[in-house]
Amino acid sequence: MSMTDQAAMPKKKNLLPKLAMAGPVSLWMILFVTIPLFYIIVISFMSRGVFGDVVYKPTLESYQTILDPTYFQVILKSLKAAGVTTLLCILIGYPFAYIIARKPKDVAAKMITLLMIPFWTNSLMRLNAWLLLFQTSGPVNNFLMNTGLVSKPISFIYTDSLVMVGLITNMLPFAVLPLYSTIEKLERSLLEASADLGANARTTFMKITLPITFPGIFSAIILVFIPSLGIYTVTDMLGGGKVLYIGNIIKNQFGSIRNWPLGAALSVLLILVTMLLIFIYTRFAKIEDMEVV
Amino acid sequence: MALTRREKKERRINILSNIYAFLVYAVLYIPVAVMIAFSFNNQRYNYYWNGFTTQWYGKLFSNSALINSLWYSIIIAILSTIISVIIGTIGALGLKKYEFKGKKVINNMLYIPIIVPEIVLAVALLIIFMKVGLSLGMGSILIGHCTFCIPYAVVTIKGRISGDNDTLEEASMDLGANRIQTFLRVTLPTIFPGVMSAAFLSFTLSFDDVVMSNMLAGARQSTLPVLILSMNKSGITPDVNALTTIMVLVIVTAMILNNIIQRSLKKKKGKI
Repeated sequence: MSMTDQAAMPKKKNLLPKLAMAGPVSLWMILFVTIPLFYIIVISFMSRGVFGDVVYKPTLESYQTILDPTYFQVILKSLKAAGVTTLLCILIGYPFAYIIARKPKDVAAKMITLLMIPFWTNSLMRLNAWLLLFQTSGPVNNFLMNTGLVSKPISFIYTDSLVMVGLITNMLPFAVLPLYSTIEKLERSLLEASADLGANARTTFMKITLPITFPGIFSAIILVFIPSLGIYTVTDMLGGGKVLYIGNIIKNQFGSIRNWPLGAALSVLLILVTMLLIFIYTRFAKIEDMEVV
Repeated sequence: MALTRREKKERRINILSNIYAFLVYAVLYIPVAVMIAFSFNNQRYNYYWNGFTTQWYGKLFSNSALINSLWYSIIIAILSTIISVIIGTIGALGLKKYEFKGKKVINNMLYIPIIVPEIVLAVALLIIFMKVGLSLGMGSILIGHCTFCIPYAVVTIKGRISGDNDTLEEASMDLGANRIQTFLRVTLPTIFPGVMSAAFLSFTLSFDDVVMSNMLAGARQSTLPVLILSMNKSGITPDVNALTTIMVLVIVTAMILNNIIQRSLKKKKGKI
């Protein structure tokens, strides 16, 4: 037997288990992720027929419609809402994650579980609870009326602010978890060294803590900003059809309005925003370290 | 004993940070508390509080639309958990163990369903299903759910595979075990905690999913979250609150039991 045959033998033998193990997951991803996403890009360049069907005639019409002020306003509004949600989640979540990370290990583990328990409750019912709390004859308005702070009920519900409350409370753990795991890895000795060298708390935070935990902050940005941008359940539940984000517009194109190319073009927009953020992220951190679970 | 200034300051910071943590938890638990409270509301619709009753806990079982959607959700969650955990476990091992062309692409592709907004993937799957003429129903929802559960399962399990696995597997094969025996007796036990958390994650993701289920459901039967979303326009009735309250209790009890079992298992191991 020649040398080349010997080298080829184990390789061939390894092909079957390789195919059997990595095959199913690869096939699933290609069939149900890659192909559909490619197809949606194709559809976004097609025209809408008279009856809401897709006509395979290439056009840029859908992308022109996106730039139409009515749609563009919605896009800007969604970007702003997602941005504010992300900012507030990080501003609220960072100190919270820091506090947890500084507790003893067993206490920290319990605090993380305590953070997750509300999220095992049906998410729509949790959103609905904000509606129940703030509705016209709900507990908050009753309290305000009874104490004489207001003379007639305040209409909190179906407003941008209540949608924001829903978004922030739904997204907060996705900011806290990656922040916690980077802050937890931060060496205490580094902070002590900085203090010993005469830096005050502020300088230590700006020069040591913040730069080291930056990958965690960026993970939090991705895990909060992108889902908030595409979400439509929060606006549906708390906006009462009055508050519309990109997600609602996309959903409607595939539902009652039936303009698939427009819905596809808006989806492509979301894919592009996602890719841009991921691209920036991979410049300074590995995607495997994003702590998505 | 008098405290130094530094100790005093530390103590003050400690108290303040505990208050802060308490406030954050309060905001997260308020919706849960309100949801539970309104399950006891003596009123057909939850527009205002009208006194205490436990009647909804009995009446919810005669609300057939609610119970049917609950069963539908449970069946879909169980099936997508089984499919995702099997494909995810095998896939995680395969992607960790073997080198092949395009592996990096597959690895990156796994992050797409995790990161890209769910609505995008949902409409992408919808138009593909329409294109190939797959009718919408349980099958399409299952494919949708597995498409985001499998990546989570792979990522979770891959994180639990250590470098020791290869050596142990080789030892097992050298001792005469075949691939299947090695997988069942050596590989699976070492990654079992990862498989369990992947299963838990898949189940909760599938069970609570709205976007995929809403887009890919047929006209005949909707899952529980989709039913709740559609009820929102007319007002959600207190029996739904009662049902979700029971569900929270079941999950929290399961978690506590799981904790106790794992702790006693650890103790046993320690004794040996």
